[in-house]
Amino acid sequence: MNRFLLPLAAFLVVVGFLAVGLTLNPRELPSPLVGKPAPAFSLPQLHDQAKVFSPNEMAGKVWLLNFWASWCGGCKEEHPVLLHLAKSGEVPIYGVDYKDTRDEALTWLRQHGNPYPLTAVDEAGRVGINYGVYGVPETYVIDKAGVIRYKQIGPLREDTLKTKILPLVRELQNQ
Amino acid sequence: MRWFLLIILLVPCLAGAEEARPLTDNPLAEARLKHLAVELRCLVCQNQTLADSHAPLAEDLRREVREMIAKDMSDKDIIEFLVTRYGDFILYRPPLKATTTLLWVGPFVLLIAGVAALVLALRRRQKKLVDVSLSEEERNRVARLLSEGANRL
Repeated sequence: MNRFLLPLAAFLVVVGFLAVGLTLNPRELPSPLVGKPAPAFSLPQLHDQAKVFSPNEMAGKVWLLNFWASWCGGCKEEHPVLLHLAKSGEVPIYGVDYKDTRDEALTWLRQHGNPYPLTAVDEAGRVGINYGVYGVPETYVIDKAGVIRYKQIGPLREDTLKTKILPLVRELQNQ
Repeated sequence: MRWFLLIILLVPCLAGAEEARPLTDNPLAEARLKHLAVELRCLVCQNQTLADSHAPLAEDLRREVREMIAKDMSDKDIIEFLVTRYGDFILYRPPLKATTTLLWVGPFVLLIAGVAALVLALRRRQKKLVDVSLSEEERNRVARLLSEGANRL
């Protein structure tokens, strides 16, 4: 009986590792930027090309920065959640139109509704690289001091918003 | 007829074949880009290197690396630029850290454990073998039986 115990134990350890591995999503990479200041940028605005937007304009506020594009399927999926959040007025969502054309982005916002007080245009995707974006949509929670506190990879869902993002936003707003 | 059809089918391939365009005009910079890009992972198609991938992000990152090469940044600085943005995951060779110890040491631990188990098992088996000494009579019988067997063949 004893001679089977060791192989059984080894087998169970392997099963344990594999079971944990199955629950992990290889698409979700932890961002090294969480806890670091949000990279500075200055990008033209979508609705008014002559004006620019820069994250330091948001100093003193807790806000969300959402990378999206008109060509992105996941963005359509999360859009109702963003519209709902914008309507609630809990936290402002600023958009970055990532590697997109202006016309298509404007048409997309007209068709699906615009949750953003302002959208900046990152046509070459350089700001995206500075933020470690590797697939839109991605959403960052940025605190009053301009530090990234959370990164959401992929579409924002109502439940992640309720359980993670909104409690964090409230906590940061009270600081 | 079949050959003719085959040739017809192959003609468009020839027309489409075109030499790959060099990524930069400077062959030295291109060599450096290639050398770096095979060590870096494309984050979109995660099992491809930055050199292999056609994902738009990989193209952008290659452009970024090319620009840094043009600025004469060292390989270490370029890799650090990418790691601060995308994390260690972008490296095909993860650095040795507290979180990656198991990854680096694990295979050697398994190897040592395997060798130890083998040695233990062999020793245990050796102990079970008992030398049996034969008497003179038995020896003679063995010789007789063996010679009988040889005659039968």
